[in-house]
Amino acid sequence: MNAPGKPVKNDDIGLDTRMELYRVQVEIRDFEKRAFDLFLQNLVKGTSHLSLGQEAVAAGFAVAMKPGDKSFCTYRGHAHTLARGVEMEKVLGELMQRDNGLMRGKGGSMHLTSVEHGVMGSYAIIGAHLPIACGSAWRAQYLGQDDVSVCFFGDGTTNIGAFHEALNFAVVWKLPVVFVCENNLYMEYTPIGDVTAVEHPAADRASAYGLERIIVDGNDADAVYRVAQVAFAKARAGEGPSLIECMTYRHSGHSRADPAKYRPPGELEEWMKRDPIKVYKQRLADFGVPQADVDAIDQQTKEKVEAATEACKASPIPPVEIMTTDVYADGGWAWRN
Amino acid sequence: MAELTYRDAVARGIAQEMRRDENVVFLGEDVAKAGGVFKATVGLYEEFGGKRVRDTPISEQAILGAAMGAAMTGLRPIAEIMFSDFLAVCFDYIANEFPKSRYMTNGQVKCPLVVRTGNGAGSRFGAQHSQSVENWAMMIPGLKVVAPSTPLDVIGLLAASIRDEDPVIFFEHKSLYATKGEVPDGEIVDQLGKAKIVRPGKDATIVALALMVPRALAAAEKLQKDFGIDAEVIDVRSLVPLDTQTILGSLVKTGRLFTVEENPRLCGWGAEIASIAADECFWDLDGPIVRITTPHIPLPAADNLEDIVLPTPDRIAERVRRTLGA
Repeated sequence: MNAPGKPVKNDDIGLDTRMELYRVQVEIRDFEKRAFDLFLQNLVKGTSHLSLGQEAVAAGFAVAMKPGDKSFCTYRGHAHTLARGVEMEKVLGELMQRDNGLMRGKGGSMHLTSVEHGVMGSYAIIGAHLPIACGSAWRAQYLGQDDVSVCFFGDGTTNIGAFHEALNFAVVWKLPVVFVCENNLYMEYTPIGDVTAVEHPAADRASAYGLERIIVDGNDADAVYRVAQVAFAKARAGEGPSLIECMTYRHSGHSRADPAKYRPPGELEEWMKRDPIKVYKQRLADFGVPQADVDAIDQQTKEKVEAATEACKASPIPPVEIMTTDVYADGGWAWRN
Repeated sequence: MAELTYRDAVARGIAQEMRRDENVVFLGEDVAKAGGVFKATVGLYEEFGGKRVRDTPISEQAILGAAMGAAMTGLRPIAEIMFSDFLAVCFDYIANEFPKSRYMTNGQVKCPLVVRTGNGAGSRFGAQHSQSVENWAMMIPGLKVVAPSTPLDVIGLLAASIRDEDPVIFFEHKSLYATKGEVPDGEIVDQLGKAKIVRPGKDATIVALALMVPRALAAAEKLQKDFGIDAEVIDVRSLVPLDTQTILGSLVKTGRLFTVEENPRLCGWGAEIASIAADECFWDLDGPIVRITTPHIPLPAADNLEDIVLPTPDRIAERVRRTLGA
């Protein structure tokens, strides 16, 4: 990092990409805050798992991706879905279970999917999507396509069998898949250290599969972006998978039902000092970006969130007819003649 | 026309589809170089190479997850789970992932894949390698469930399953692998959701699946010969979609309905058929619907015990005779 007051605009990331990294992070931040507010008003239904505090991971990877790359997300997937460019209104509509939702309310907040944006699904059974991402990467390898399959998951996932099956499988088949562990220190309500044999739940397992031990500051979008670029280049070159552990912190509880009272006093405050949005605002200032440019993104984002909220409030609920559509490929649900 | 074993029919069906469509790929444990532990996939690796016919680690979740990821992004994978009992190890994909992806995504994601698996008893393998678990798959909306009883049906239904746009769980019966049947030359493609009347009759309808089909046929011959009872035998072939028209049509004709199931008693597929028949054809029935099943126990390994628990031709015939009061 350059010393304050000595702006440099032409490093490896570049100003345009930095502005994009900032915009994506702010959009996620404002969206998630709005989702929480709407939940309190009982307008966001079911459950929801926010990425407040983890925006830099989603932004860093998504901005490094190319069109055609595939994202596989968890139930904490709003951030990754938005980061790939999916319209805010459609994501919020799905959270609010309205007809304008991404899946017209048939999936809910834990299953956000937008195939046209490469968001191949959000998976709510821990670990399930790591093997699925391997399959997508196998397809790319088999057909000679150069896209990368990127699979995001939490620290808790590293203790389920599918994590280990997928890592071994990906290495043995040398698949173009990138596994991204968002270590936010808690598996749901329990500190990950209390239930894991090693300090770094993903990175310390990498050697078991012949992979490099990679840990990155998940609250610094630049650091995430750089590590993503290296892993994607490796995957596209046919050199196989990577496993990256991003150190980050969840500002809110596990889900809407969790006030996160199990956190030791002062921990949140300590992490708030390294809040990814705060870190990045300073970064932009260090690079000499005028405050007005930053303010403009903030303002545009507020307007976007406002417009999406109003559109979703005005949207009808899903029609009853879609209850039985798309069970089978013929569009219906008939299981007998 | 050639005589083929049920085992060889599996390899022929897969080869037929792999020749036709380059997007058909095949993965599983010991399936490639070893030709499968039941020798049902011999020759595929040699013909199609290691890029399309791939050995995997013992990682059932990785096998089914990889099949799904490949299917939803453009391939048409066939995945083998060696013994159907092992579906329990990777049941998340069977229960939560394959069948729900299309619905939850409002039709954005499709999952055209086939899971082939060795099902059923008769090999004296004990309770964890002998089960008939087709009812596990039948209960999940979004799956199709197929279980052939002859070499010809293996090829035709396998081809139809591979070409289907939905996930299909394809149950091969281990005790049928060595059985033989006539199979015509050339391409064979059947249709899912069509039951087959394998023996016409007028006095009673016996509905069976997989290994229970030849046993039901043997029972019907005995009923004819010893008691003059002319039983109609239906091979269900596909539990989902379920050809209720053929089954209920037969019931209307005979007035009597029997199911022969290898599942343990509770929630076997015959219970669903009995329920449909009772709902829709009650007034056509001349007597109670009878389910002939294995008892509700884990399967024993010892040959004498395993032989007793599975429905046999004698047990089927006796139960039909007694119910008909002959």
